[in-house]
Amino acid sequence: MKRQRKLWVAVILLAGFHGLVLCAGFFAPYSFSAQDRELPFAPPTRIHFFDAQGKFHARPFVYGLKDNPAIFGAYETDSAAIYPVHFFVQGARYKIAGLFPSHLHLFGVGAPGRIFALGSDAYGRDQFTRFLYGGQISLAAGWIAATLSVLLGIIIGSLAGFYGGWIDDVLMRGGELFLALPWLYLLFAVRAALPLQIAQWEVFLLLVAVIGLIGWARPARLIRGAVLSAKERNFVTAARAFGASDFYLLRRHVLPQTYGILLTQMTILIPQYILAEVTLTFLGLGVGEPMPSWGSLLASLQQYYVLSSYWWMFVPAVLLIPVFLAYYIAADALQERLKSVPL
Amino acid sequence: MPQVSHSKHALAALAIAIPCIVFWTIGLPAMAVSTRALPAQSVEDRMVTDNPPGRRGGEIAVALRSDPKTLNPALAEDATSRDIIYCMNADLIHINRKTQETESALAKSWSVSHDGKTYTLQLRRGLRFSDGKPFNADDVIFTFKVYLDEKIHSPERDLLIVGGKPISVQKIDDYTVQFRLAQPYAAAERLFDGMPILPKHLLEDAYKNGTFSKAWSISMPPKQFAGLGPFRLKEYVPGQRIVLERNPYYWKVDGKGNQLPYLDEIVFLFVPSEDAQVIRFQAGDTDILSSFSAQNFAVLQGAQAAKGYHLYDLGPGLEYNFLFFNMNDLTTKNLPQIARKQAWFQDVRFRQAVSAAIDREGIVRLVYDGRATPLWSQVTPGNKRWVDLALPHPPRSLALARGLLKSAGFSWKGDGTLMDARGNPVEFSILTSSSNAERTKMATIIQNDLSQLGMNVHVVSLDFGAMVDRLLNSFDYEAAVMGIASGDTDPTSEMNVWLSSGGTHLWHLNESKPATPWEAEMDRLMNEQLITLNYERRKRLYDQVQQIVEQNLPVICLASPDILAGAKDRVGNFDPAILDPYALWNVEELYVH
Repeated sequence: MKRQRKLWVAVILLAGFHGLVLCAGFFAPYSFSAQDRELPFAPPTRIHFFDAQGKFHARPFVYGLKDNPAIFGAYETDSAAIYPVHFFVQGARYKIAGLFPSHLHLFGVGAPGRIFALGSDAYGRDQFTRFLYGGQISLAAGWIAATLSVLLGIIIGSLAGFYGGWIDDVLMRGGELFLALPWLYLLFAVRAALPLQIAQWEVFLLLVAVIGLIGWARPARLIRGAVLSAKERNFVTAARAFGASDFYLLRRHVLPQTYGILLTQMTILIPQYILAEVTLTFLGLGVGEPMPSWGSLLASLQQYYVLSSYWWMFVPAVLLIPVFLAYYIAADALQERLKSVPL
Repeated sequence: MPQVSHSKHALAALAIAIPCIVFWTIGLPAMAVSTRALPAQSVEDRMVTDNPPGRRGGEIAVALRSDPKTLNPALAEDATSRDIIYCMNADLIHINRKTQETESALAKSWSVSHDGKTYTLQLRRGLRFSDGKPFNADDVIFTFKVYLDEKIHSPERDLLIVGGKPISVQKIDDYTVQFRLAQPYAAAERLFDGMPILPKHLLEDAYKNGTFSKAWSISMPPKQFAGLGPFRLKEYVPGQRIVLERNPYYWKVDGKGNQLPYLDEIVFLFVPSEDAQVIRFQAGDTDILSSFSAQNFAVLQGAQAAKGYHLYDLGPGLEYNFLFFNMNDLTTKNLPQIARKQAWFQDVRFRQAVSAAIDREGIVRLVYDGRATPLWSQVTPGNKRWVDLALPHPPRSLALARGLLKSAGFSWKGDGTLMDARGNPVEFSILTSSSNAERTKMATIIQNDLSQLGMNVHVVSLDFGAMVDRLLNSFDYEAAVMGIASGDTDPTSEMNVWLSSGGTHLWHLNESKPATPWEAEMDRLMNEQLITLNYERRKRLYDQVQQIVEQNLPVICLASPDILAGAKDRVGNFDPAILDPYALWNVEELYVH
């Protein structure tokens, strides 16, 4: 059953990403704000099994880095400094689900060695760690904004579709207004007007809420369409004849017809809003330092010298592709299921 | 009819022939004359330079960030306009950007009266503007009348107010002018640098009509401009480039008697961002690159030899970056949370602890790739004449910081959070400009350093206009990272920062009287050095100012970036300096191999 397999593949991939990101503290070797000022812009660390003498080590290891005297700002490996990679190590403190402190990490090397799976940034912070923690912010932004949009979309779309008439006109025209809004400038204005005392996470939630609340128009339109067609069905007319109230009709008969659309909308909207958060942070409107997000990881690429000299800073951008692909495969599979289910 | 057509042809032939004859017999020789060196001026009144002699001819291309806003020296405020005006005009006494000392320019010599209040300047004779009209004292009198006129609103006007009164100018004779100051002024000679002399014959009408502010806007045809600088305007294409050509009447010659400038033309291209300028320099579109970051220096360094250009790291300039706290009087503002935190900011031990915890070496390494100098006070080592070398440079010490905080009544909770004497956690935000990546990076490093003391610091980056509004008007900020780049080495250029009444006394603006004894002491010292003519005495006074800054930390100085420049090998006599304009200060001496 190809359709089934497609959906399962997508769901497994998504579960994998989200699991990785949710347990960022465990999978990442360092904390996201730990700076190593001796190693800014270090390239991704290579894992070795054979050392310089040709001897095989059962346990993989990494070499230390030292400044390359020939090229200013570059590093060369120090073959004398061997740091074996250990698994299930004790490292920086983090909190599971924000509540339970723990020190356990999947892998790590002893200090002063460093294992930069995706290289380090301008302050010597591990990019792999920041990618995982950054995913928490970006994925949360996507989910929260998409949920808000869809909730608002259900309410407004079902009201418009069910009652029709002038209510429908007013609500849909209002929706078009929201579609036309230049949301980016609105957000800049909101940010500049906020007092400085607001905590960064509060700013972030506010911005995410604003994006989500602005974007209800598209889901609303689709829901309205589904409601329009559902309310003409025989069983709805029959229920109405038996004296059902509007609210009962909506809840029991009409809205269940829209669940397929809702689910598909969510899977499409989430990557859109993740991208919106990336854009906001890229332009300086997101969570502040030192909290990472996928947008702030990409923001350093705005500078020419980063683009031309440090290729590993691009990797977070490339890693976004499989994440979005998984969402779109899921959306696709859900669409196909919707079509095949007889109404 | 045949006769008519004959005469028509004849007329046509004449119409063509006469201009040709005129051109070939009179016009062409006249043009040739105007591009040759003029023998008319007496050699002794032309300035002889000591640069290595160069080859005449050729052109170079330089990038500028934007179109100039005006070419009127009395009205120009932005850097691009001033850069172009520098090449087109000359001043009476010039500051040599390499030696950082004054040298004669349009004024051949000058004398000072015994009381130090009257300066008599002898002008060079026989000089001409770039349109050929003669230069004399009338132009000087006119120029200063314009600069001092309150209705013109020239940014130069404030610089000409000494002892509360504007300086007065008198014409003694056609080549002698006298300036009177209300009080002796140590940096009087340096006042004249950057005050280009305007041509009275071109601008007097506009001034009398009240249309001066429209005069010499960039849309005027090149013929309407004239100056005493090495170049004159040839062409302006809005949004693309501005082209300057040699001024045939320029008054400097080199040691071999060749008239300067060597270059036929300079082309200024408008390239809006630093990264784009670096790319175009690499591509060969421009010959000179200045004002770029250390990271771009590293990008360019690799290909130096192969691509035929040379990069220069000139060491620290005059720019100093610093962190400072809001110590403004907030009684009229509704900012209770900030007012509460000022109890910390105003305690000098708190500021000293913050300064002790900051990793200045880390800032130099991470923000500037090592091409910067850590600072503990406002005068950088680039300012050799005024830097106080005896100032202590304490290394980073978290232990010292903790000791200072403890003595100030702070304490630590179990999880490491710093608490003040009243039990509030120490938390504040640092403001930076979103357009300045370096200062935002510095703020991030400071945030990490102070977190090791248990302080919870946020970095808030706003656009420049919004930030300046908070710093100067609403005072709605807690701490900020800023930088100041003085235009000149002399301490008088910093008066507005250190005087308690000064407009850039950022940490506490609009003081009716000094808020602390050390600020009162700084006022006394700055006012005294202003009128002290003896260099050694002035140096001792200004050294004391630097010591007060280092001990009381109204600003916590961080680092001073190196001045970086680059030029293609084909550019001769390229000798960048740490004073602005870094690469083009000796534009008349540049030549092409």
